[in-house]
This record gives sequence, C-alpha cells and structure tokens, in this order.
Amino acid sequence: MIEVLRQMSPLPRRVLVIKVVTALCLLASWEMLSLSGLFYKGIMPSIVEVIRACIAEIADTSFYRDLGYTMLESSVGFAAGSVIAIAVAIVLGRNPYARRVFEPYINALGGTPKIIFLPILFLIFGLGIESKMAKAALSAFFPVVLSTTSGFIQIPPVLLRVGQSFGLSRWQMVQKVYIPAMSEPLLTGLRLGIAMAIIGVLSAEISYSNVGLGYRLIQNADQFRIPSVYAITILIFAVSVSINTALTHLQSGMTKHKQGRSPEKTVDALTTMVARSA
Amino acid sequence: MPKERASKFRFSGLQMVPPWLASLCLLVAFGCALEWAVRSGLVSRLIVAKPSEAILGLVTLQQKVDLFGAIRTTFGIVATAIVLECLVALPFGYFLYRRRDFGLAYGGWLAAFFAAPIFLLYPLFMVIFGRNQITLIVMGFLPGVIPLIIHVEQGFLGVSRTMLNVGLSFDMTSRQIFWKIMVPAAAPSIFTGFRLALMYTLINVVAIEYLVNVGGLGVIVSDRYFRFDISGTYSAIIAVMGISVVFNWAIGRMERLVRPV
Repeated sequence: MIEVLRQMSPLPRRVLVIKVVTALCLLASWEMLSLSGLFYKGIMPSIVEVIRACIAEIADTSFYRDLGYTMLESSVGFAAGSVIAIAVAIVLGRNPYARRVFEPYINALGGTPKIIFLPILFLIFGLGIESKMAKAALSAFFPVVLSTTSGFIQIPPVLLRVGQSFGLSRWQMVQKVYIPAMSEPLLTGLRLGIAMAIIGVLSAEISYSNVGLGYRLIQNADQFRIPSVYAITILIFAVSVSINTALTHLQSGMTKHKQGRSPEKTVDALTTMVARSA
Repeated sequence: MPKERASKFRFSGLQMVPPWLASLCLLVAFGCALEWAVRSGLVSRLIVAKPSEAILGLVTLQQKVDLFGAIRTTFGIVATAIVLECLVALPFGYFLYRRRDFGLAYGGWLAAFFAAPIFLLYPLFMVIFGRNQITLIVMGFLPGVIPLIIHVEQGFLGVSRTMLNVGLSFDMTSRQIFWKIMVPAAAPSIFTGFRLALMYTLINVVAIEYLVNVGGLGVIVSDRYFRFDISGTYSAIIAVMGISVVFNWAIGRMERLVRPV
C-alpha cells in the first residue's frame, strides 16, 4: 500500500491522503458525538449500530420489495416524463414563436416546488403507485425539457440544412439529426431528470404510501428506530449517487467521443449515416 | 418538404399576435375550457375545482390560513438559510480554489451530495432539533450550500490567467487583484450558484413544510387538502405558484444585473 502511494505523483497522493484523513475525521467525530451524551439516547447511534442496521436492511427481503416499488415508480415516471419532455423540446426548438409563447409557463412551473402539486395528483390518480409515477414524470419533465430545448437551439444550422437537403422525414430528422446533435445537453437533462424523479417519488411515498423506500424510511422514523433510519438514508443515497455516477460516466464517454469531431467531420458522418439509412 | 413549407405558412399567420398576448390568451382559453369541463360534469368537481372558484378563493385564503403570515415565515426561513449558506460557501469555495488538492479531493463528494436526496435527512433533524423552524433552516441550508460552494470554486477557477497577469503587470497588490479582478470575473458564476442555492432552499423548505406541517407556504396547501377543501387546495396551490414565480423572476432580474451582456 505504502509502495503504491510512493509510486503516485505528489498531487494525486495528497488528494488521496486528504480524502482518507477527512473520512476518518468524520467517522471519529460521529463516534465521539454518539458517546458524548450531547444528544438524547439513541438519536446519534454508534457507527457499529448503523452498520449493523445497514446489514439488517440488506438482508431483509422486504427492503428489496420497497426498493423495487421505488425504482418501478421512478423509472416509469421518468420514462414518461422525459419522452414527453423531448417531444415538447423538439417542437419548441423548431418553432421560435411557440418557444416564446410557452417558455414563460415552463420556466414558471419549473421553478415551483413540485410537492405542492401532490394533492392534485392524489385526487386525479389516487393514492396508489400511479400518483407516484405521475409525480416522477412531473419532476423529470422540467429539467429534461429545459436542457433539451437549449440543446436544440444550439444545433449547428448546417446539420439541419444537410438533413433537409437529403429530404429526411420528420421522424428521420429526430432520429438522425436532432437527438445525436443535442446528445450532450439531452444527457445532462436526463441525468438531472432521473435524480428529480427519484426525489419526487420519495417525497410522494413519505407523504402518503404503504410501499416504497420513502414509506419505509418514515415508518422507521415514526417508530423511533433511528439506526434503521440512518441505514435506509445511507442506502437511498448510495442508490441515487450510483445512478448519477453511471449516467455521468456515460455522458463523459459520449462527450469524449464527440470531442474528436470537427463540425466538418460531423457533417461527413451525418451524410454517411443518412446515405446508409436511405 | 412541401409539408414543411405548409406548416411554416400556417404558423406565420399566428405570428401576427405578440407572444405575450398569445401566452395570455392560451392561459385564459385553458381556464375557460376547464371551467366548462367542470361545470358540465365532464371533469368531477371532487377532483378539479372550478378555476373561477379557485381564483376567487384567493381572496378568502388570507382569512382561512393567514397567507401573508405563511409568506413571512417561509421567506424568513429561506433568508436565514441563505445568509448561513453565504457565510459558509463563500470562504469554503475560495479555499477549495486556493488549495487545489482540497478542491480535487472534495469536488467528487460535493457533486455526489448535490445529486443525493438530502431532504430525506429531515426525520433525523426533526429528532435532533425538534419539530420547529431550526429543522427547516438546516434543511434549507444543506441543499443550498452545495451548489454555492461548487459555483464559487468554479468561478474563481474560471478567471483568465491573462487578466491576472495584467493585474500583476500594473503592480497591483494581492488584495487589489482579488477585489478588482478576481471577484468581478467570478461574479457571474457565483451568482448562478446563488440563484441555484435560493431555488433549492425555497423548494426544500416548502417541501418540508408540506410534509411536516410546520408553519409556512407548504402548510397552507396540505392544510386545505387534509380538510377536503378542494377549491381551497387549488387556491393555495395558485398562491404558492404565484409567489415562487415572483421569487424566481426577481432572482432572474438580479442575475441579469450581474451578468455581462
């Protein structure tokens, strides 16, 4: 281990040391706080107790049922919300007038706390998983539509003209020109959208549900099972950070792929692609 | 191609109407259509309130739930959280810029926390601080401080080397370079972080108010809903939407003052 550290160049070595020392300091402060008696008994459990609770949660089959429900609600809602958002973004991107008409509403609703719409969703879709899916769709829609519209506006006009000069149909334009040309802002929007969809579903589950990780968390909090609350929070954080990291890697992979291309090369590639599909 | 031309031609007729007027007409038309749908029974009154009732309900909302009191409470909490965020994020973001090793070490963690659903920590903070406004301030502070730290660091990192060299060639002191070159150059990015911090703080504070039922704008929606006052629920939603629209508009105007044209 020390040999590996020695072989590293000074900056990455210092970064690694800072990370390890900070993590150890945080864990030590946690343990000290838990032993200090500053908080009521049980509010700040020891790290060992939290780890035990994490293991218990992972070993419990009902945890996977709740995780499955949360993931199902998030993914269905995210898929519906982002498909609608991409379609709306393409319409708004193609028509500057429509953009100016609808943009104030999209911006206004996008900045509003979505949780206030929960009563409407509960009234329309009921208290089952459908309302959570609708909440996920609503939460995912705004980051995707805003990011994709701005991506569409930035598509080089030459790409649009190449597509038009080949007489591509509307669907072919979407498939061969719009989506590949705005892949980067689209992926950014989708990454934000999935994070928002998960948050949206969890908040709806906390508000009213009898399944899902949000429900599991609030049930444990209500019954004062604090180590389990910490454990579930840590596990939810781990799931959402993993999804985000995977999408970030996917995005950076695609960005690297695009970096090597000049606009001329992109036009060439598009021409070849269109020629092949024709 | 002929289809494309036809759609453009059709659209050019609409373009005679200014976009703001078209937006307004669209909203009025949607309201009228909904009013008709609810009145005719096409949409159940138990699900959707009549738009006219919801709008008129705004007048009585003050008597029912003390709207102005709720606005004061929420904005007081948001303002306190924002002050704390600035006190922490500005020096810490600058520190991460000055010490690149720390910046690189903590950058990934900050990005991970930014993506994590921080509002889930509220049951823990409720147990620690109690069911009061301190919990709301902490829950507003945590999601807001992270984007502000990231943007402060990014803002200082983005200051051009040429500008710093110009400052040095004029024999400026470190203090002068900081205040006259670095801060103005980093201001747009810092303000973007500030705008994000404000939005995240407001959204989280309203969300926790709604879930916990502790005073503020979030409570007025949940209060009306749990009393099965359908038109009151819609009035409360319109009120909260209106307030957040004004809030976001004000932030946008402020940002435009800071951003270079």
